[in-house]
Amino acid sequence: MNTLIEVNNLSRQFGHHRAVDNVSFSLNKGEVLGFLGPNGAGKSTTMKMICGNLSPTAGEIKINGYDILDQPKLAKAELGFLPDIPPLYSDLTVDEFLSYCAKLHGLRKKAIQQSVTRGKQKCGLSDMGNRLIANLSKGYQQRVGIAQAILHNPSVIILDEPTVGLDPIQILEIRELIRELGKEHSVILSTHILPEVQHSCSRVQIIHRGKLVLNESIDGLSQLMSSSSLLVRFGQPPELDLIQALEHVTGIEALEQQQYRISHHQGSTISEHIAILAVNQQWGLLELMPEKHDMEHIFLSITQDPSNHE
Amino acid sequence: MNSLTIAGRELRNLFLSPLAWTILGVTQLILAYMFLSQVDYYLSIQPKLVGIPGAPGVTDLVVAPLFGNAAVILLLIIPLLTMRTISDERRNKTISLLLSAPISLSEIVIGKFLAIFVFLLIILLSISLMPLSLLTVGNLDLGKFLACLLAMALLMASFNALGLYMSAIASQPTVAAVASFGALLLLWIIDWAGSNGSALLEYISIMRHFENLLRGLISTVDVFYFILFIVGFLSLSIRRLDNDRLQK
Repeated sequence: MNTLIEVNNLSRQFGHHRAVDNVSFSLNKGEVLGFLGPNGAGKSTTMKMICGNLSPTAGEIKINGYDILDQPKLAKAELGFLPDIPPLYSDLTVDEFLSYCAKLHGLRKKAIQQSVTRGKQKCGLSDMGNRLIANLSKGYQQRVGIAQAILHNPSVIILDEPTVGLDPIQILEIRELIRELGKEHSVILSTHILPEVQHSCSRVQIIHRGKLVLNESIDGLSQLMSSSSLLVRFGQPPELDLIQALEHVTGIEALEQQQYRISHHQGSTISEHIAILAVNQQWGLLELMPEKHDMEHIFLSITQDPSNHE
Repeated sequence: MNSLTIAGRELRNLFLSPLAWTILGVTQLILAYMFLSQVDYYLSIQPKLVGIPGAPGVTDLVVAPLFGNAAVILLLIIPLLTMRTISDERRNKTISLLLSAPISLSEIVIGKFLAIFVFLLIILLSISLMPLSLLTVGNLDLGKFLACLLAMALLMASFNALGLYMSAIASQPTVAAVASFGALLLLWIIDWAGSNGSALLEYISIMRHFENLLRGLISTVDVFYFILFIVGFLSLSIRRLDNDRLQK
């Protein structure tokens, strides 16, 4: 595995406000990293620092082994960046703009034509070459922004909220594109749309108040998301002591209408035992359902956990 | 190489807007009028000049004043050309395209500088066609003429560098234009206060150095003044752009 991005102890101070606080992570080739966080958590600041648009107060960033501060040209040649507001010159046509970007990235004359065609094709812009960027819809402008970032075939692609302003069909297309890009490149993707992360990312990081509060692979995340509680409903009032006595059960919470939430240790299954118990005791089992935590749940529990509020 | 890419795009962009064409047309029109009246004046006093030995020729009485007038018009026009170079990119957030590409800050600034400078050279070329037309009816002092061209090129580059710096500081193009116009005008007339001979103010004044060159007097003091001016403001612009990255 070769590491394409390495971020060590990165911090950024704006006056008295610490926007990014001691963040470290690394990204290997072929990974898609989802960068999550509420507004103002420090996502865009981190991304801008990785791309050399902002210099860090402390810490180091290495792109494919090149330090962004010591060897900016070599490091930036490996980068494709789409900022939160796509950097487009509205008085150029799509073709003119993309070939300008290709030139800025030092592509040779022959390669420019090729990469522009390929970039347009990948982002669904093939028919838009002669249109002025000013006249394109927001969604198409966003696509031009993405095309600009992948044009020079960089090994690291950083997209700040790439699906903002797109319609549902375009969102699906862009997700597909990101997954495809993830095969050959490393991609960092920031968003606050949680399902997007589940669809396109292989790893998830949650940043909150400048600190990295979660760094999990998507498998680890589904582990977290797997149930640790059951919802049951009985026809007759049950004897809660008997349930409590079962192995792995950690707590019972009575909800309305004879419904109970039974918490248990993570990774253990108790549904079967409960069903047997209920049948034996003739409680009239009406409902038995493992509770699934979704992404929102985890996100909220992490970002609203009082222990993270210092 | 990267600077040339940026300069090429900037220059093409300039001609996409009506501003460049308007500026070319208006300067040419006003200077042509001034040129003609200057020629007229020269013709009226020519008989008197014939008798005087070592009297000023057509280059001194027509060509040099023409370029002197052109300098004042450029003082008004160049801030309009430079105002958008950096502040517009920052406002539209397109600057991040340049910042994340493998280009150094100095290449960005020099690229922008070159684009405007090439446009100014086009203006200079069209202005100098007027004195050259005199060659069809008489002689020009070509040495003095070339000195005038040099003076103009240096002056244009200096105005350009200062305008670029103001554009790097200002958050809005209009603010950049007003600030560079004010600064240029002040530097132009600053020696008025030094009428009783303040050497420092005289040295700072752009007009002093420009007029020396215009008279055909090429000295290293004057040429160096302009080069220092240009290099100084370009490096300040680079520093200012770097500050965006370091912002506290």
